Amino acid sequence: MPDTPFIDIRHAAKSFGSLEVLKDINLQVQKGQIVAIIGPSGSGKSTLLRAINELDPLTSGEVWLEGVQVNKKLSHSQYEKHVNQVRQDIGMVFQHFNLFPHLTVRGNITLAPKLLKGISTEEANRLAEEQLAKVGLSEKIDAYPSQLSGGQKQRVAIARALAMKPKVMLFDEATSALDPELVEEVNLVMKQLAQEHMTMIIVTHEMGFAQDVCDRVLFMDQGVVVEEGPPDVIFRNPENERTRNFLRKHLAAQK
Amino acid sequence: MGLDFTVVPSYFGVLLMGAGWTIAITVAAGLLSFFGGIFFAVVALYGHWAIRLPFRLFAWLFMGTPLLLQLFLIYFGLIQIGIDLPAFVAGVIGLGLHFAVYNSELIQASILAVDKGQYEGARTLGLSRLQTLRYIVVPQAVRAVVPPMGNNMIALLKDSALVSVIGVMELTLAAQQAISRTYRPFEFYLAAAACYYVINLALEAGLRRLERRFQASR
Repeated sequence: MPDTPFIDIRHAAKSFGSLEVLKDINLQVQKGQIVAIIGPSGSGKSTLLRAINELDPLTSGEVWLEGVQVNKKLSHSQYEKHVNQVRQDIGMVFQHFNLFPHLTVRGNITLAPKLLKGISTEEANRLAEEQLAKVGLSEKIDAYPSQLSGGQKQRVAIARALAMKPKVMLFDEATSALDPELVEEVNLVMKQLAQEHMTMIIVTHEMGFAQDVCDRVLFMDQGVVVEEGPPDVIFRNPENERTRNFLRKHLAAQK
Repeated sequence: MGLDFTVVPSYFGVLLMGAGWTIAITVAAGLLSFFGGIFFAVVALYGHWAIRLPFRLFAWLFMGTPLLLQLFLIYFGLIQIGIDLPAFVAGVIGLGLHFAVYNSELIQASILAVDKGQYEGARTLGLSRLQTLRYIVVPQAVRAVVPPMGNNMIALLKDSALVSVIGVMELTLAAQQAISRTYRPFEFYLAAAACYYVINLALEAGLRRLERRFQASR
């Protein structure tokens, strides 16, 4: 089935008690596509991203990755096995990096491949060197996370995710916690991934970056996708009043 | 009557024997408090509520009542229901369980203090719950728990003097015995204090090494 979407989110809904944070969201992403999700805080964009790898499971709806349903209803132990398996294919980068402070950069990158893919230490080390070279941090391989700057931490976190050879990368406000002068180095790594045609879904507040890098932009507000389209349309000529308001406020705040 | 420390050396053997028993009871109770603390913490964190509840009560009992009373209860009280423990064993159980409860609180706190992002970071890579605990959470909790648990061990050493009241011939009771023969309380209590201090120094040096080993990788 060549026209099956790579990632297919169908009728995604989630509520916490009576609070509906996602309302009937549908999103299809093709292989190699880069999608940005923008919107005000509390719009549900991070929740949607976290539903893709079951960190925040949906209340109803389906998430499919390459023809495999991620949020399958299974018995507890089978479900555990299943999500541990599919998560290996879904890389995720967090706002606060979530590096393991007790492990070196090498340890951070090699832990999961060694444990889950059963590769040897030498092979894992080679993998770590390769991924670190990619994010430009080869010399930091034996450093601990506490010895790195925020931008370096995030690049290591990206390398750690890439070492699992994921099919898709999810970025949850990857540069929001960084000092302004450190944002660019992380953006550069993400742009490089884009050139390599990595499938990416990026929750971001960086409108400039979204415009430069992404194929599609989704604007979310109050748990629904208000508007979506190519970046030129969304940023230059949005149809919806809410999108226009959001972008105006956002641009004003950035000045 | 002035002070006369010249009597102390002739009871050196008695004091040394007492110090030996103090070390023995501290090590035995320390091990019990360590492994017991881990066990209680695991029950409290991951146990079913029906198991957790009685353990909670037990913990409350051990933290809310005097250690001295607990020792009396275990040594003198249990005889009434047919459990006649040797004084040393009763002392180890009393001290060990008492400090196990405190260690358990420390372990629980250090596990719960590990940031939620650490779980998410590990689970996102595909690690199972158990792998996340084993490789990510526990190593970080251990680093956090070593210094305060070391303090508990030092407190345990000092509180081991309490088992003298149930007749374990440890350092404090050995000093008392020397005193009952020589009527020189000041000299022998001071000598015993010096012994405790030396043992404590050794314990602290060991703990510092342990801390350094874990601190190195941070």
